[in-house]
Amino acid sequence: MSAPQVNSTQPMHFMPGPGFRSRSKEVLDNPFLRQSFRGAMDFLMQKRAAQFPDPANLEALRSQGEAIRKYSLSRLPDLLEQLEANLTRNGIQVHWAENPEQAQDIIAGLMEKAQAPLMVKGKSMVSEEVELNHALIARGMDALESDMGEYIVQLAGERPSHIIMPAIHKTKEEIARLFAEKVPGVDYTDSVDELIQIGRRVLREKFRETKVGLSGVNFAVAETGTLCLVENEGNGRMCTTVPDMHIAITGIEKVVEKLEHVPPLLALLTRSATGQAVTTYFNWISSPRKAHELDGPKEVHLVLVDNGRTQAYAREDFRSTLQCIRCGACMNHCPVYTRIGGLAYGTTYPGPIGKIISPHMLGLEGTGELVTASSLCGACGEVCPVRIPIPELLIDLRARSQSGGPDPFTPQLKGEGSNRKPFMALAFSLWSLLYRSPGLYRLFAWSATRFRALAPRNQGAWTRTRTPLIPAKKSLHELVRERRNQ
Amino acid sequence: MSATPQTSSARANILARLRSKPVPPLPQPTVQVWTSQMGDQPVEVLRQSLKSNLEAAHAEVIQAGPEGWRATLQKVCQDQGIKTLMLPRSLPPTLDIAPWDQGPALSRFDQPMETLKDSLFNQVDAGFTLAECAIADTGTLVLLSSPEQPRSLSLVPPVHICLLDVRRLHTDMPTALAREQWASAMPTNLIFVSGPSKTADIQQTLAYGAHGPKSLIVILVEEDLQ
Ligand code: SF4
Repeated sequence: MSAPQVNSTQPMHFMPGPGFRSRSKEVLDNPFLRQSFRGAMDFLMQKRAAQFPDPANLEALRSQGEAIRKYSLSRLPDLLEQLEANLTRNGIQVHWAENPEQAQDIIAGLMEKAQAPLMVKGKSMVSEEVELNHALIARGMDALESDMGEYIVQLAGERPSHIIMPAIHKTKEEIARLFAEKVPGVDYTDSVDELIQIGRRVLREKFRETKVGLSGVNFAVAETGTLCLVENEGNGRMCTTVPDMHIAITGIEKVVEKLEHVPPLLALLTRSATGQAVTTYFNWISSPRKAHELDGPKEVHLVLVDNGRTQAYAREDFRSTLQCIRCGACMNHCPVYTRIGGLAYGTTYPGPIGKIISPHMLGLEGTGELVTASSLCGACGEVCPVRIPIPELLIDLRARSQSGGPDPFTPQLKGEGSNRKPFMALAFSLWSLLYRSPGLYRLFAWSATRFRALAPRNQGAWTRTRTPLIPAKKSLHELVRERRNQ
Repeated sequence: MSATPQTSSARANILARLRSKPVPPLPQPTVQVWTSQMGDQPVEVLRQSLKSNLEAAHAEVIQAGPEGWRATLQKVCQDQGIKTLMLPRSLPPTLDIAPWDQGPALSRFDQPMETLKDSLFNQVDAGFTLAECAIADTGTLVLLSSPEQPRSLSLVPPVHICLLDVRRLHTDMPTALAREQWASAMPTNLIFVSGPSKTADIQQTLAYGAHGPKSLIVILVEEDLQ
């Protein structure tokens, strides 16, 4: 009853496409996992719905969130420069990374400087995206996850299966066995309270002693030079308060211009993510420890990561991908995610958001298959708090992944056309030819209806679960003509 | 900027890519829609809303009695079995507590955290702080870090006791941001606290005291805390 085994020493970053089907199948064949995903997603959907009792109000708030994110993106390079200037003025050092390797180098360099072999980590999906833990281990350093869910997943040698609730694929009995086995001096207990207290005890010692703390960023405010962090547990505050050095890492799209732009986004984020009107802590960090202050890190660093975001930005049709505030609502409502869970995707970000963002990070070569794993039911687009048209983006990405020759007017996406299959491409050009020439079309319709008995019974994937497609006895044109003549 | 050569070329490349296609700037959005739409309300309504929201988040909210908040604080400590209470480095003269004879042993956050780690992490039962203001709509206390009131006081000890002047209640977050004018001078760390630390990471079961305080006790007064 365990999740698909993922080898934790192998960077998952570079292994999306192949294996997606087999990993999905493994989960689909596991009734326990399916039940726990279903239960968890039902729970999150109900909690979200309870926070938005008035549809008109919800739509007004979504419009606001969408407008703020679109506005911020429309001024992105300027806002990044403003953010950098204000952070620097406040004493926070800013670093830029074009790709995961650069982000790893910057962070490893900072740890060397701090002479810290270990860092404690608050929840950060961007650190997962850049494979930070693996990179540190490879350099003889280490990173300890301190968010309870992340801690559990790390103990198990797995990956987060959900961007908000990383250990959602684990039952408390599995966690109880894991703790008894991996945490020294712990006996088996399946009381959730006791398990959490065990985690608390272990991690408190680490917060106390570790010299470097890492966190993500939910919003970065340009006008004041402020990093905002949303959390319930207090580990984010620990990581950004107790160690001597705080390193924050985030994607370049997270910036907003003004302080007043934060509340609507925060309201949408917490309500959409976990169905909370607000989280226990909302932390605004604007400076390292100042003279005369008695606590707080002496150094604060921000690492701004691109990793494919500029590709999405450069194309107007894909720019809305960057509106995302990482609430996870699209996965909670996705009929595919609910059935296969987060690990099957093989990418850092699973579910609908993973399908639309990963192609820019990893290229369409490996992610082209993911964009087809959608029924296009539209649930993701309907719940997205910042109105990202996810289904349309999926269709666009499908087209891009199979498109033909380069188009001179738009910049290419990474891996564009890499999923083009000669047979399919031929079938579609014939199809379009038929529809463009009435004579050919009539000939085709006539022969298809007359020779319908020749339609193959075995139509590959189609007939695996469906009856074969056989042309009708008469075409629609013929039927209409007969009707008219009666 | 302390950029290494690598990050400075990364910076230039990223900004150049973002500017490779000019994006027409959109008009500045006006922030007006809010979830509560409570508008301005009398203090009593705000107090009720704050109280019910905080209680829903598992915090305790106590109105200071007629004998004053110090007596209330002593009673809270007695009821909770708090034997050691840590105060901010300094409290305004009118608010000072020490010395007292019946309450818990008092200490102050009067040294750099590095020196105090042992008592802060392992000995102190509760931390005592003054709230800057609060937000009724979400049941949120606003704390500022300052040389007088270090931020770990509301984070590390297992109980957090917070004093709030109810006349400093704002309806909702946008109102608080606008009226407090933080945009012109952000403190080192502005912390919004809406309950005790919690997690639902194990099978969506709520548990309190994940990494921060297991309990949050708010004492309401009507008295200047500045
Ligand atoms: S795409 Fe929308 S719904 Fe999905 S995580 Fe991002 S903001 Fe949330």
